Amino acid sequence: MDFKVTIVVTLKPSVLDPQGTTVTEALHHMGYNNVSDVRMGKFMEVSVQASSEKAAEQQAHEICKKLLVNPVIETYRLTIKPAQEAAV
Amino acid sequence: MIKFGVVMFPGSNCDHDCFYAVQQFFSDQVDFIWHKSTDVHGYDCIVLPGGFSYGDYLRTGAIARFSPVMSEVKKFASAGKPVIGICNGFQILLESGLLPGAMLRNTSLRFICKYVHIKPVNFSTPFSKGLKKNEAIHIPVAHGEGNYYIDDEGLKKLQKNNQIVFQYCNERGIVSDDFNPNGSVANIAGICNEAGNVLGMMPHPERCCDPMLGSSDGKRIFESLLQSLNQRQTV
Amino acid sequence: MKEQEVTLQVALEHGLTEQEFSTICSILGRTPNFTELGVFSVMWSEHCSYKNSRAWLKKFPTTGPSVMVKAGDENAGIIDIGDGLAVSFKIESHNHPSAVEPFQGAATGIGGIIRDIFTMGARPIALMNSLRFGKLSAPNVRRLLDGVVRGISHYGNCIGIPTVGGEIYFDSTYEGNPLVNVFCLGILKHEDIALGKASGVGNSVYYVGAATGRDGIHGATFASEELNEASEDRRPSVQVGDPFMEKLLVEACLELLQTDAVVGIQDMGAAGLTCSTCETASRGGAGIEIELAKVPQREKGMIPYEILLSESQERMLVIVKKGSESEVEAIFDKWDLHAVNIGQVTDDGKMRVKFHGETVVDVPAKALADEAPVYHRAFKEPAYYKQQQIINLANVREPVSYAATFKSLLSNPSIASKKWVYEQYDHMVMTNTVVLPGKADAAVIRLKGTEKLLAITTDCNGRYCYLDPYIGGQIAVAEAARNVVCSGGKPIGVTDCLNFGNPMKEEIFWQFKNCIEGVADACKAFNIPVTGGNVSFYNENPRGAVDPTPVIGLVGLIESQNHVTTAGFKNAGDTIILLGPLDSTIGGSEYLAQEHGIKGGKLPEFDMKLEKAVQSFCYELIKNGLVKSAHDCAEGGLAVTLAECAIIGSEKGMHLGAKVALPDTGNRADSILFGERQSRIIITVNKEHTENIVKQAQQKQIPANIIGSVVSDRFELKYANKVLIEESVSSIHDIYYSALEVSLS
Repeated sequence: MDFKVTIVVTLKPSVLDPQGTTVTEALHHMGYNNVSDVRMGKFMEVSVQASSEKAAEQQAHEICKKLLVNPVIETYRLTIKPAQEAAV
Repeated sequence: MIKFGVVMFPGSNCDHDCFYAVQQFFSDQVDFIWHKSTDVHGYDCIVLPGGFSYGDYLRTGAIARFSPVMSEVKKFASAGKPVIGICNGFQILLESGLLPGAMLRNTSLRFICKYVHIKPVNFSTPFSKGLKKNEAIHIPVAHGEGNYYIDDEGLKKLQKNNQIVFQYCNERGIVSDDFNPNGSVANIAGICNEAGNVLGMMPHPERCCDPMLGSSDGKRIFESLLQSLNQRQTV
Repeated sequence: MKEQEVTLQVALEHGLTEQEFSTICSILGRTPNFTELGVFSVMWSEHCSYKNSRAWLKKFPTTGPSVMVKAGDENAGIIDIGDGLAVSFKIESHNHPSAVEPFQGAATGIGGIIRDIFTMGARPIALMNSLRFGKLSAPNVRRLLDGVVRGISHYGNCIGIPTVGGEIYFDSTYEGNPLVNVFCLGILKHEDIALGKASGVGNSVYYVGAATGRDGIHGATFASEELNEASEDRRPSVQVGDPFMEKLLVEACLELLQTDAVVGIQDMGAAGLTCSTCETASRGGAGIEIELAKVPQREKGMIPYEILLSESQERMLVIVKKGSESEVEAIFDKWDLHAVNIGQVTDDGKMRVKFHGETVVDVPAKALADEAPVYHRAFKEPAYYKQQQIINLANVREPVSYAATFKSLLSNPSIASKKWVYEQYDHMVMTNTVVLPGKADAAVIRLKGTEKLLAITTDCNGRYCYLDPYIGGQIAVAEAARNVVCSGGKPIGVTDCLNFGNPMKEEIFWQFKNCIEGVADACKAFNIPVTGGNVSFYNENPRGAVDPTPVIGLVGLIESQNHVTTAGFKNAGDTIILLGPLDSTIGGSEYLAQEHGIKGGKLPEFDMKLEKAVQSFCYELIKNGLVKSAHDCAEGGLAVTLAECAIIGSEKGMHLGAKVALPDTGNRADSILFGERQSRIIITVNKEHTENIVKQAQQKQIPANIIGSVVSDRFELKYANKVLIEESVSSIHDIYYSALEVSLS
C-alpha cells in the first residue's frame, strides 16, 4: 500500500530560533501586537510503500531519527494517511 | 613524513584549499580521499574540509555523514589519530556524532565572511599544543550556520572535560559577546572530543597560511599538529 | 493532444513580426508547426539573436594578438596571459528575472554566467557583480537589494567560487527595474580550450544535469519585453537555481574535458535545449537530431514545445566522440550525475527533433542560430540632451557647511562602504584573494603556480551616460582601466553588459548607439579588445527607461606581487600627490544630484590623451616601486577620494588621516572638492621621492600637484587657504562603514 507521510520539523522549544524571532518582530512592526512566539520549521512530504499503516509509521519515525531530524536541536511530529485519501 | 588525507565530499569546496595549504607549507604527502572510498589506511591525519556537502540541503553536514568514508573516519578517530573538521567539516563531525552539539543559523540570519580573532583555551590537543596562552589568532570565518549550540548540561561537560579549544575574541584576546560573529554558545569557535584527537572549528586556518593573503596565523595550528605527530613518530 | 494551429496571429503573440513570420515560412517552404514557431520565436528574440543591436556591436574592437577566442564566436571570449595560460571571462545581465524574484533571479544569473565560463574549458575562479537599485528609502528597493544579495550569496558561496568585488549604485532611475549584472572569470591552459560545436556525423549528443521542468518557458522572450504590472503575474517564468547540482556539473565537466572524449560542450541557458542544439550544430557546420522522450523530465505530460523551450537551470549538452560513451558515462556516474544519450550529430545541417519517434521540428540549424534578421533601428537625439547641457551651474548655491555636505556624501549609500554586502559573499574561498573587497580600486587575485595576478573591476556611471552617452561610454572604459592601473595592473580585455531601455524608441536607440561608440572608441584608444558580453534592452519602469548603463568588466594583468597596490594610506609622513588636473566643474556629479537635486549640467572636460598619459605614468611609477597607495578619483570628487584613502588605510585601531591644502584655481570650492573630473589619481609616495616624481610628470606634461601629506588621526582639507573640512578619522571611518546598514534599518 502507498502512504503519504507529512513531517513537521521545528527547533526544540529551548533552542533560540532567530528566524522566528525576526518574523515575530516584523509582525509587531506591522501592528500585529497580539501575535507572538513564531517558530519556523520544515515541512516534508514523503511517500512510503508498506504493508500496513503501522509499518509505514514505524519506518517514518526511523527515517526521521536517522536523517531528517537532528535530535540535538530539533523535534518533529508526523501524520500518515493512505495515499488515495491524501490525494483528495 | 606526515601523510595527510583531505576528504572530498560532493559539494566540498575548500578541499583544494586545504590540499594546497598542506602541500605548500607542511607536507609533500597529501592525497584527496574520495567520499566513496573505504580505505584510509596509511594516513596520519584526516581533514574534513569546508564547503556545502550535498548542498547542505537538509541540514549542514547531515547527508555527508552517511558517505562510506565516514565509517572509516570514525574508526580512524577511535584509534586516537587526529581528525580536523573545518567549517562544513566541523558540521559533519557534529552530525556524525564524533563531536557533541549542533549548528544553528547565524543569529544575523546571514552568511558571514570576514576576518575574526580566536583564542586558544585548551593546550593539550595536538592542534593547539604549540599555541600560546592569550594569543589572538587572526583568521577568516565564512559560514551561514556557525552558531554552535549545546544545552547547558552539555556545555558543562565540555568545560569540565576541557573540550573547548577556540573561542571568538578581539585582537587583544578578550572574549565577549561583542566579538561573537554568529551567536555561538560561550563564543565557541572550535571544540574537540574527550580524547582531544578530533577537532572541529568554524574558522578556516587553511585560508591564512600564506602571508600574501593577509595573515599566516593559520599556519600555527598546522605546525602544532605536525610537531605533535613528529614527536609521536619519534617515540 | 492536437497542437495549436499556427497563424500570423499566433506568431505575433510569440513576439515575432509579420515580416519575420513570412521569412520563416519562406525558409521552411511551409508554415511552421507550433513547436517550430516557438523555437524560432526564442532564437530570434533580441535576447538570443541581438537583432536590434548586432549592427552596432560590430563597432567594438574584438581582435588583438592575445585574443584566442573572439567575441561572439562562443559562449565567452578567451585571452592569452602567457605561460601557456589563458583567461575566459564574461559579464551578463539578469535584470528582469531579478525584478520579479530577486533571490532566484540573482542566483540563477550567477549559475548561468558560471556555466558560460566552464563551458569554455576554464575553471571559474572569480565572480563579481554590478548592481543598481532605486533609492533605499523605498521598502521595495530594500527588499530587492536584500533578495539579490542573498541570491548571489546563496549560489556563489555554495558553489565555492569567491565573489571578489563589484559595485552597487542607488538611483531613482533604477526603481522597479534593478540591474543585476554578473561577471565570472575562469582560467585554463591553452590546450584545454573547449568549444560549443557539434561535428562528426554519428557522434553522440548527451544531456546531463538537472531534469527539465516547465520553468522559465519563454524566459528569453520575457527578457525582451518591458516590465509592467502584468509581469508580476508571469512569475512562473522564473527558474530556481541549484548550486549543488552546478558544483557537480563544474567538477564533472572539467574532469571530462581532460579526456579526449568530447567534441563540443554547451550549457543550456536562454532558450534551453533549443539554443544549445541549433547553436552547436550551426558552429560545427553540421546537423543534429534528438529524441525528446529521452530527455529527463521533472514534470508529467510535457509537450515538445515545453521541453524544447524550458529554461530549467543546471543542464549541459555534450557532444561525445562515437565510441567514448562509456568513458563519459563513468565520469558523470562518479559525480552522481545522470547523463543521457539523446541523439546524434548528422550531416544535413538540420535541427531535427523527434518525440516518441515522430518528427516535431525539422528546420535548418543555421537559420535559427545565425540568420535572425538584423535591424538598423532609427535613432533621434532626445530633447533633454541639449537642454541639460546649458543648465547654468553658477546659480547653484554653495554649501553652507562644507563639513556637513562632505559627511552627507560620505554616507551616500552609492559612495559608502559596501561591507554589509561583501561580507555576505564568500570572497576568500580558493585562497587566491590577495586584496580583499573594499581595499583597492580593483579586486586582485593571484594565479597559483605563477608570479602573475589579475586585477578585475566593473564600472559604469549611468548618470554620465544619460547626460552624454558618448563621453559617458568613454568614461566607463577609462575609469575601469584606471581602477586596474591603480591596483598595479595592465588592462588586457573588456567585457560589457549594455543595459538600456526599449530600443524601438528612437531616443533610447540614440543613447545606445552613442554609448557604444564611446565604449568602442575608448577600447580602441587603450588598445583593449572586447571579448564578449551581453545586451539587455527593455529596462524600463512605468516612468520610463533606466539611465543608459553600459557596464564595463575589465580584466588586467599584474606582473608581480610587488606591483599590487591598494587605495589606503600607508604611513604618516608620506606625500599626497594628485596626478591629473586639479580643476573641475560640478556637472553630472553625485554632489549636484544629492545636494541640489539636479541631474544635469555639462560633464567636466574629458580628454582621452590626458587620461592615457595619467594612467601610463601611474603604472610606470607603480612598476618602479614608488607608489605606496593609489586611488582613482571618482564619485564624490577629491574630498571623498581623500577621505576614502584615509579610512581604508586605517586598520586595527590605527588611524591615518591627511592634511591637504588645495591651491586656489579661482574656481568655486564645491567644484574643486566635489567635482568629478576624470583622469585623476591620488597617490602617496615616500617623501624623498616627491620631487623626482613631480619632475618626471612635468617632463611628460602630466599635471601633478603635491597637495598634502599623510598624518595620524586627523582629516583636514583646505582650499584657497581656508579650512573647509576638519574631522577626526575615527568619526568619518564610522560614517563610511555604517552608512549602508543604517539606510537599510
